[in-house]
Amino acid sequence: MDVAALLPTVIELTYLVAVSLFIVGIKKLGSPATARMGNRWAALGMLLAIAATLLQQGILHYNHILLGLLVGSVVGAWLAYRVEMTAMPQMVGLLNGLGGAASVLIATGEFWRSVLAGVALPKAALVSTVLGVIIGGVTFTGSLIAFAKLQGWMTGQPVVLPGQRWLSAGTLAATLGAGLVLWPAPLQLGAFGIVLVLSLALGVLFVLPVGGADMPVVISLLNSFSGLAAAAAGFIVLNDALVVSGALVGASGLILTQIMCKAMNRSLANVLFGALMAQQAGEAGGVTAVKGVIRRIDEEETAMMLAYARSVVIVPGYGMAVAQAQHALRELADALERRGVEVKYAIHPVAGRMPGHMNVLLAEANVPYTQLYDMEAINPEFEHTDVVLVVGANDVVNPAARHDKHSPIYGMPILEVDKAKRTIVIKRSMNPGYSGIENELFYKERTAMLFGNAREVLTRLLNEVKQLA
Amino acid sequence: MVSPFVLALFIFVLAAFAGFEVINKVPPTLHTPLMSGSNAISGIAVVGAILLAGHADDGLSQVLGILAIALATVNVVGGFLVTDRMLQMFRR
Repeated sequence: MDVAALLPTVIELTYLVAVSLFIVGIKKLGSPATARMGNRWAALGMLLAIAATLLQQGILHYNHILLGLLVGSVVGAWLAYRVEMTAMPQMVGLLNGLGGAASVLIATGEFWRSVLAGVALPKAALVSTVLGVIIGGVTFTGSLIAFAKLQGWMTGQPVVLPGQRWLSAGTLAATLGAGLVLWPAPLQLGAFGIVLVLSLALGVLFVLPVGGADMPVVISLLNSFSGLAAAAAGFIVLNDALVVSGALVGASGLILTQIMCKAMNRSLANVLFGALMAQQAGEAGGVTAVKGVIRRIDEEETAMMLAYARSVVIVPGYGMAVAQAQHALRELADALERRGVEVKYAIHPVAGRMPGHMNVLLAEANVPYTQLYDMEAINPEFEHTDVVLVVGANDVVNPAARHDKHSPIYGMPILEVDKAKRTIVIKRSMNPGYSGIENELFYKERTAMLFGNAREVLTRLLNEVKQLA
Repeated sequence: MVSPFVLALFIFVLAAFAGFEVINKVPPTLHTPLMSGSNAISGIAVVGAILLAGHADDGLSQVLGILAIALATVNVVGGFLVTDRMLQMFRR
């Protein structure tokens, strides 16, 4: 039997094993106990796919390939070990962008080769090439803008250029138009260049008008796009491993996007185009003004309340992460547990800056994941909770979401902390949250406010609790 | 004979359904590692990049290919490693 004749089959089968490992790996990501193994299986799948590709016949220039792999590995490893957990959204955004850029380069390279050879790509490959450039291009520049916003390199506010509605629509139309020109003239380098440049512009126009707080939705969506761009590249070079993996990631990104939108009570269209449409509409008026008095509380009294409670639920928000207070928080929770207090953490789906971000931040502070409760699991428990401690969360605990039809957050699922016997809110000031509205929770009779920097307040609380002997 | 392109389209659609099924079951706790992990999988573009660089016979295609390999590899290596770093912190 001729071994060389078997090689293509062996390579294809290796791809099959690789994509199976991806699927099983993602499935194992479904439980904290098996997740790490799942990630490793997926990584093994990737290694197999790369190895199989290197064995393909007609592959030359191994030195170039190894150079690319080496440089990429070093940079990737450096990024992965250096990044702060709070900066995870930017990191994922940046990696998305690089994946998108790779797909653009592949499409461009294959198109260029067809032009040089003077042989037009088959129509199906041509369509894939144009789609790959558009989706990959939008992913690349869109991710860079998202990165800049999250990293604070540019304003987190929505940026709307004058007449941007028409500019964006026109750019999209021109991109597709230039793509159509390639159908009868598949070697038209100029038209391809226009598609390329306009796609990159489209990514910028697409993300600029989205506010910093909505970036998680954009990142999820761009994650989906990066998968679709890889799939498009797979259609160009007709490689099933690329097609399958691209589809998997495309689906996962879409699901996460949906989850984020639902948790923020907004439609995807509203997140993406809200700022464009609201150019003249003005803010939703008629928000019910909140009346009442604020009750302040100090660390000493809070410590007493916490230490002598039977059950305490902690609601961490992004403010806690900004103040880097997760370690102080965990120490306080540990001290309470040593006194026999039952401590749980309530995690809202959009707590943090991306889906599940808060869980990672607390895990980093050594909080066991068995103490973390999702919204659906913890909401029925608030009624029987002695004290709720809200640290740096705001809109996700605003009861107005339940009953105030004029409130911009009406209908958003919230953590129902107002049902607990007592609620203590640690907050820097009375400034409103991201939605810009007052929080009526702060004025409730059973709520007390503890003002200050979250980390300093928690450290003082810890000392007070320790002194209670 | 079905064209290889249509066949690939079949595979794409079926894989998307598989993706929806598998991913829908991941609990919110793990959404961030899921995102960075699936992000690493989208770095599979590195395979396409190797094919481009390996078959390139002119300077520009070679440069594009090498660049594509490097970027996709950052995506792959960075994605898997950072996911592992996060998951190792999840403790009972």
